[in-house]
Amino acid sequence: MTALTVGKPHSSILAGRGGFAGALSDAFWRHPKLLLLLMLAPPLLWLGIIYVGSLLALLMQSFFAIDDFSGVVSYEPTLATYGQLLTGTNLDIILRTVLMAALVTLTSAIIAFPIAYYAARYAKGRWKAFFYLGVMLPLWSSYLVKIYAWKLILAKEGIVTWIFAKLNLSFVLDAILSLPVVGGNSLSVSYLGTFLVFVYVWLPYMILPTQAALERVPRNLIEASADLGATPRQTFRTVLLPLALPGIVAGSIFTFSLTLGDYIIPQIIGSSRLFIGQAVYAQQGTAGNVPLAAAFSVVPIVIMGIYLTVAKRLGAFDAL
Amino acid sequence: MTSAVLFRKVSRHFGPVRAVDGVDLDVGAGEFFAMLGPSGSGKTTCLRLIAGFEQPTAGHIEIFGERAEGVPPYRRNVNTVFQDYALFPHLNILDNVAYGLMVKGVGEVERMKAAEQALEMVKLPGYGRRRPGQLSGGQRQRVALARALVNKPKVLLLDEPLGALDLKLREQMQEELKSLQRALGITFVFVTHDQGEALSMADRVAVFNNGGIVQQGSPQDIYRRPKSRFVADFVGSSNLLPPDVMVSLGGERRWASLRPEAVRLASEGPEALVENVSFLGSATRLAVDLHRTRLHVMLPAGAEVPAVGAPVRLAWSAEDIHYMDDAA
Repeated sequence: MTALTVGKPHSSILAGRGGFAGALSDAFWRHPKLLLLLMLAPPLLWLGIIYVGSLLALLMQSFFAIDDFSGVVSYEPTLATYGQLLTGTNLDIILRTVLMAALVTLTSAIIAFPIAYYAARYAKGRWKAFFYLGVMLPLWSSYLVKIYAWKLILAKEGIVTWIFAKLNLSFVLDAILSLPVVGGNSLSVSYLGTFLVFVYVWLPYMILPTQAALERVPRNLIEASADLGATPRQTFRTVLLPLALPGIVAGSIFTFSLTLGDYIIPQIIGSSRLFIGQAVYAQQGTAGNVPLAAAFSVVPIVIMGIYLTVAKRLGAFDAL
Repeated sequence: MTSAVLFRKVSRHFGPVRAVDGVDLDVGAGEFFAMLGPSGSGKTTCLRLIAGFEQPTAGHIEIFGERAEGVPPYRRNVNTVFQDYALFPHLNILDNVAYGLMVKGVGEVERMKAAEQALEMVKLPGYGRRRPGQLSGGQRQRVALARALVNKPKVLLLDEPLGALDLKLREQMQEELKSLQRALGITFVFVTHDQGEALSMADRVAVFNNGGIVQQGSPQDIYRRPKSRFVADFVGSSNLLPPDVMVSLGGERRWASLRPEAVRLASEGPEALVENVSFLGSATRLAVDLHRTRLHVMLPAGAEVPAVGAPVRLAWSAEDIHYMDDAA
């Protein structure tokens, strides 16, 4: 026992730890908020100044306009740039992008749900690891490499065309490609191709939050629902879906906003018509119209704001 | 009399694990039936077989004379009160209670009225607008009960219904459940590992062990005449007397049980040493050493209590010795 005694024998309060570290520990113990402040300061500075600050600077840019003759930005507050944004081709770009983002999100949600459901309910041990690997593996390889790989897959000489030919189903592919608007010369230069690649690239971001939400639904709620007389369909609609909705909405925020902002996929795969991201890229680069580029980048922010408000109204976050 | 629930040689195996193995069960209509056993004894699996969450690997199940194998839970007129209540967190209390009626297509006005009545029955009137998360454990338990009973089930299943409540609430709920069952006349089947709960509430008890029923009968029967050491040990605080001790006491060479309240301190009889004294309020329990076997003796209130370490002499009447079926 004596060997274990520290400081004064028989004292009920142990001696303070010496040095600066000891003093610091005591100070943090007495003022826990100090430690919290110290931990939060760097990320808050980063998010507050570098991120929100530049976002505000961008927002301000959109209220300036470019002088048509000189091509110089005039720093007078005006709504002229927004007027320009909501006309003709620019409006088409916005509508095209939003429609694509909505379709990609909906399709991702429909494809992701069964996969996420299987992973959350049935996969155990080795299969669960396999699931995570399968979902995450595409995220480990370069985004550009994947997109160029898809360009080859979808090209006229690519494997998709070849498979349809081998199965004597070339007429099906031709029929799909001859559809107005979504079709084209080959999948790699059609909206359909852009859509397929968007869904492929963003799918993991839909699966993972959906799976996390489903994992948190206790199994006995499903049993309770059946016990009270609900068919599996009713249970899905009235219990499973409402409880998984926050996860699906979280996933859809990813797929929706990532599609809204992407400028590489539509440039490499698809028709030559622009999406918002490409318009931003072109306006601030070659065209040198920074105010219009800024106005374009405000669009996804506003749309996401509306989207989240509607989702909240519909009770998507009630189960959080 | 028709049986509410009938099991004939029912088994449920999970791979090599025989969760339920060849169980015969007969629950009478309107009966308060308890399935008692330690965890892993198969009692909960039996309840899940009645609810339809599990299907038997072998055997035959009837609910009020109708075959239940292969019938999904949502087509059984049987409702369950789950151990952790399983209330829907995204619905308020009224919608939770009305859920069963909603999925069966009962109109909004009618089902809300029924749900309100059910909440009144469990003494929670006016709680409908709240969320499950805002209620205490005891209140959630009542909501779960209302949610099941509003469907007017033929059989109500209760899975460890009082396990999560504190002692005082548990005793109160025991009485309420019992009077509710008497008033409604619905067959209650409840699962518990608490022998006090089973004995105090049930009309009949089935004691489970290792996937089978080891004894069935009235609470009095099971308490007074346990068939085996397992039942005596699990159900009561009965004293177990090994065959050797029985021989030295002049009895047969068999395992026997002796209830603590049947033992008296006397001036004649086998001598034992007091090892511990516990004051229980209504009685005092002595732990004594008799031929190296520990026995409990229940002394009524007011009796003279010997000191720890004091020698005492024990007496009991011969009919209180109950021999069991176990091999010596």
